[in-house]
Amino acid sequence: MELHHDKHHQAYVTNLNKALEATAAATAAGKFHDAAAQFSAIRFNGGGHINHSLFWEGLSPASSPDAQPSAAPKLLAAINNTWGSLDQFKSVFGTALLGIQGSGWGWLVKEPVTNQLRIVTLANQEAVVQGDTPLIGVDMWEHAYYLQYLNGKAAYVENIWKVINWKTAEARYTESREDAFKVLKVNI
Amino acid sequence: MNKVKMAATLFRATAPSARAALRASSVKPVTAALASTSFVRGKATLPDLPYDYGALEPYISGKIMELHHKNHHQTYVNGLNSALDQIGEANASGNQSKAATLAPLLNFHGGGHINHSLFWENLAPANKDGGGEPAGALKSAIDRDFGSFETLQTQINTALAGIQGSGWAWLVKDKAAGTLQVVTRANQDPVAGNYVPLMGIDAWEHAYYLQYQNRKAEYFSAIWNVINWKTVASRLDKA
Repeated sequence: MELHHDKHHQAYVTNLNKALEATAAATAAGKFHDAAAQFSAIRFNGGGHINHSLFWEGLSPASSPDAQPSAAPKLLAAINNTWGSLDQFKSVFGTALLGIQGSGWGWLVKEPVTNQLRIVTLANQEAVVQGDTPLIGVDMWEHAYYLQYLNGKAAYVENIWKVINWKTAEARYTESREDAFKVLKVNI
Repeated sequence: MNKVKMAATLFRATAPSARAALRASSVKPVTAALASTSFVRGKATLPDLPYDYGALEPYISGKIMELHHKNHHQTYVNGLNSALDQIGEANASGNQSKAATLAPLLNFHGGGHINHSLFWENLAPANKDGGGEPAGALKSAIDRDFGSFETLQTQINTALAGIQGSGWAWLVKDKAAGTLQVVTRANQDPVAGNYVPLMGIDAWEHAYYLQYQNRKAEYFSAIWNVINWKTVASRLDKA
């Protein structure tokens, strides 16, 4: 957790700010080609910042009542409605997470308009920024688990459920999409 | 059983359909470089390392090498054999659509097997063939196409640092142009088509994290001490 937060997340923040500044400077100088060259870095590091910010907030000490699915009654009902049971949802989510080829994330999201639940996986630091509301995210980069689980990522996926913050997930599910991203405002 | 053919052919699958599937993929150009990759009864198998797990220390720890070889590479070998079996079965039962949907698994696990097999061979202990500088025709080609060995190192290190996620950087020969180039590949995508892989560096976090954690630049800098330029030169000879 310490390396993940103090080093990895910090690197995304540092490199995002660098890319944003370079873009602003290039745009101000009328050099749009130089600004465009920064877009990949903004997407990657910006996604890294968004994903990790949402991830930390979505975790909780296992001993906390927030780590109990009962802290998310409305979301749990929707999960049961969609997948039949919480266990079935975890199983489908776990399969999706373990199927990621390379670095990436898995998310439970709420679709706009229909409000339906869906599981998505995204490569590298792509982020849930286009319409869906991110509810529960799991980091499947090797840096998220390697020091503890080595290549045993299935055990990481199994144990992450013990520290999921269901209270946060419920809030994201029931409140507006903008509220889910409000954690970002204090950081940039 | 024709052993010469076995050694010269990267894949010798039992099902003709699986062979056809592999011909359609990009495995062939690297066959010459994969001398030690062994296949038994049509199955891909984990090649032995040409050195001990601890032999690349202090640049790459024995623990990393052991996990990387015995667990990660083995998982790609298993995944490749499973993908080939499933593709063979789907094709044999006339379900070509299903066979086609298995292509990403074949690319990922097949690529993982190819990449790691090449990687182990282009590494060597620092007190043996590892490190130093390229010589002979390889040195001439590097000087011609990059200006100097130092420039090549800088280009590869920059390419490695720029990989967004998991992947590899490769020194390749461009067959059409006849020149050497530096390319990166995402995840386990193998070097294929017009390019012949000469030297690869694994930029997946599992390749360095236990020793270097987030300080990947230190890993990229250290690995030059264990690059086996003899292997790279011999791949260029055959390319």
